[in-house]
Amino acid sequence: MPKPTRPESVYFFGTCLIDLFYPEAGLAGMELLKRQGVKVVFPPKQTCCGQPARNNGYQDEARAVARLQLDAFPGDRPIVVPSGSCAGMMKTHYPEMFEGTPDHERAVAFSKRVYELTEFLVDVLGVRLEDKGRPVTVTWHPSCHSQREAGVVEQPKALLRMLSNVTLVENPREKECCGFGGAFAVRQAEISAAMVADKVASIEDTGATQVVSGDCGCLMNITGAAEKARKGFTGRHIAEFILERCHGR
Amino acid sequence: MNSPRERILSRLKASPRAAAPLRPDWIPPSYSPAERKAKFKAMLEASHADVHEVTAAGWPERLKSILADKGVGNVVYAPATRAGRQLAEAWAGGGPELLAYDRPLEELKEVLVSQADAGLTTARGGIAQTGSLVLWPTSDEPRLMSLLPPIHIALVEESSLTDSLAETIRVQGWAGGMPTNAVLVSGPSKTADIEQTLAYGVHGPKELIVLLIGSESP
Amino acid sequence: MAADAGKLEFGAKAHVALNDPKLRANFRRAMDGLMAKRTIQFADEAEWTSLRARGAMVRANALARLPELLEQLEANCLKNGIQVHWAETTQEANAIVLGILEAAGAKTVIKGKSMVTEEMHLNAHLEKHGITPVESDLGEYIIQLAGEAPSHIVMPCIHKNKAEIAELFHDKIADQPYTENVDELTAAARKALRGAFAGADAGISGVNFAVAETGTLVLIENEGNGRLSTTLPPLHIAVTGIEKVLEKLDDVPPLLSLLPRSATGQPITTYVNMISSPRKDGEKDGPKAVHLVLLDNGRSRVHGDSELRDTLRCIRCAACMNHCPVYTRVGGHTYTFTYPGPIGKLLTPQIEGLDCAGDQPHASTLCRACADVCPVQIPIPDLLVRLRTEAVRPTSPDAVKGAGSSATTGETLGWKGWTLLYGSPLLYRIGTRMLGWFGNLMPSSAPMLKQWTSVRTKPKFAPKSLHELAREKGFCDE
Repeated sequence: MPKPTRPESVYFFGTCLIDLFYPEAGLAGMELLKRQGVKVVFPPKQTCCGQPARNNGYQDEARAVARLQLDAFPGDRPIVVPSGSCAGMMKTHYPEMFEGTPDHERAVAFSKRVYELTEFLVDVLGVRLEDKGRPVTVTWHPSCHSQREAGVVEQPKALLRMLSNVTLVENPREKECCGFGGAFAVRQAEISAAMVADKVASIEDTGATQVVSGDCGCLMNITGAAEKARKGFTGRHIAEFILERCHGR
Repeated sequence: MNSPRERILSRLKASPRAAAPLRPDWIPPSYSPAERKAKFKAMLEASHADVHEVTAAGWPERLKSILADKGVGNVVYAPATRAGRQLAEAWAGGGPELLAYDRPLEELKEVLVSQADAGLTTARGGIAQTGSLVLWPTSDEPRLMSLLPPIHIALVEESSLTDSLAETIRVQGWAGGMPTNAVLVSGPSKTADIEQTLAYGVHGPKELIVLLIGSESP
Repeated sequence: MAADAGKLEFGAKAHVALNDPKLRANFRRAMDGLMAKRTIQFADEAEWTSLRARGAMVRANALARLPELLEQLEANCLKNGIQVHWAETTQEANAIVLGILEAAGAKTVIKGKSMVTEEMHLNAHLEKHGITPVESDLGEYIIQLAGEAPSHIVMPCIHKNKAEIAELFHDKIADQPYTENVDELTAAARKALRGAFAGADAGISGVNFAVAETGTLVLIENEGNGRLSTTLPPLHIAVTGIEKVLEKLDDVPPLLSLLPRSATGQPITTYVNMISSPRKDGEKDGPKAVHLVLLDNGRSRVHGDSELRDTLRCIRCAACMNHCPVYTRVGGHTYTFTYPGPIGKLLTPQIEGLDCAGDQPHASTLCRACADVCPVQIPIPDLLVRLRTEAVRPTSPDAVKGAGSSATTGETLGWKGWTLLYGSPLLYRIGTRMLGWFGNLMPSSAPMLKQWTSVRTKPKFAPKSLHELAREKGFCDE
């Protein structure tokens, strides 16, 4: 695939989870893009990608909410998403969700405009980062959907490796699901608890003092469990992490 | 619509029809002649088999010395095959006792199940990619002689080696007719059912000895 | 096991498994080992990509032409002297097998590993009628001695460690001393089963691939018990699901390259049996009669849905369960029915009904680890979502057995409310603002929060939403 050309402006899809719980991560994502000289537009009509309803079997509901996003992001601007999970939903499932409906064509076009944030920073903008932070050891947690749905694997690590004072340690169980899974965490609470306990232990074993991720669902799960168990690491969204190190706050 | 057969088939035939998808290209591995033999040997050895390079004339003597080291007392063989005759002639002056598989199983069961030390068969071919022997049992060389004794000795000619199973199926024309039983053998019998720990000889042979007959004349 | 088992109580069984540290350790160690071995096999990404694309389409092709291929398989088997039987249900299949055995006067049966006969609960049926089945695959033999069901479709006794097996052998096999030496345990099984092989009146096996073109039954295995079960006794009965058919011999190599590598990380199994007829005149061994039993048990119904049909591509390699973070933690027995793990949660509800196993499709985070490794590209997570949909909002009344059985007014209303909120920018703005103001007042004992906070701290609603912050910072301007 040819490298997409650098656009003058992009849309930002903030995601519903970030909107409510982690707005600083979303803001950091927009700041990073802006500092690369790209105009960022946050359409106020946006809400949620519709994944919760889809995953629970409520397709009409998922489509209704997804359709609102199709309306909220008109034209052909790229849509940058600070979540591999929501980006994966929009990239891979929008076309099939709208198959056989009048919106199919625009859903397909929409899905092709979607980029996960780190993917956009690395593949489209080709960013270079200058680390101004203190030395720190971190580990990366890829969300399942960023790896296996949005196809984002190397980009976030490439960004972290550009930071000269950041030591990135690999978690040997990095690819394993943290046990969030949306409703799964409540519906199969005990299994989810076992999964997140293992994930927390595997992060602790790396010796990192921070876990960095591109998905706030995973972060809410992992840091919530780590905090409850009084573990010695914290979690950050990658956008916030980078912005803080390179530009202060 | 009375039989289960008719009901099953009619349900399947009522399923939504779509054109059968094409099979995308897939190319099994291929090797140069030297690589082929090396790969065949390496894969078999990785599967815990012993591979000996032998000559068409000299293998019975070589086998005798291999078996002598292992203290093998007898070998089940196929007297009506060329290999069987060659073995009998070569060992006429001494060697492990030869037990002929020349009767139906029912008359030979006790010997095969609990008395035989080893069994010698030929292989119709060998597959480099996976280190597999192609056994193609016949009336003269029955199925169980490669399975019941604790040691299986297989004779395979280097000229019969192919790169892959796909190639074997094609060059040997399998689609034109399959025997009662054909079997690919890639090592001695093994299991990893207990804690993924490999153990050999669980039901079939504990040892597989492959005699690879060189294609060039000695 | 039929629908009368009622609700499977997946959650209750998971609770027990999760609190069994030995079981957890056994599965974790085993799955880690299997994943590592598979990774080595498919190190060449390009080879894996082209091979699995081929494998997937070989299976899809066979399913697209399933009725014709089954008729062709039957015709060629009959021509070769293999008798063919069709069973719509497991009861019918059990009756067919029993009938064949009784007609032959068979009293003892040696069995090769077969998941379809597990699906039928054949052993119990035979025992009830005075016939003794002896499992000969080492793992199956171990669980038969223990009176248990398989917990994994490739490694049936993977839930047991060697100390447990040592204890079991010491208890159940005459004169067997306690030993944890795996070679000695294996030798004990060989000794105990040799006699059973020699004395068996019949052998029963499964089938990995049934080749329509030649009427050939392909059976793969490592131990030689499959070869023995299908060669030594005078009668062989092969039992298979109707989906296992392949068009031609050329279709075998790609699947044979995918299956053992995906399953156990072996380039090939020790033995690949290709059985095309009973003993012919003049041949000295092999069974004098071979029967093939084709079992439907709901598969034709699965075949009737063009999306769910992909379920039937499965070649039973178990890579999905080996890589499943849920299976690894709860083990195979939690799934109650024969097929555990991702393929089980997909297949079981379709066979047994969503009313019976409807909780299984939800026992997944949709992490896609299974889809990533499936050698025939079954989109398991997407099909699980489809089943979740059928359970609450059927696409047609009988698309899936038990469709619509999980629909509740409360849940439906909940999602209607969600749609109202997230489908309207105005209501969404009001709603998120309210949550920002009051959300953190919700007690940890509130529904959903209660489960969440059992092992996690309470998430904190931000005082200002991203919408508000974006507006303040001028990001909302075109």
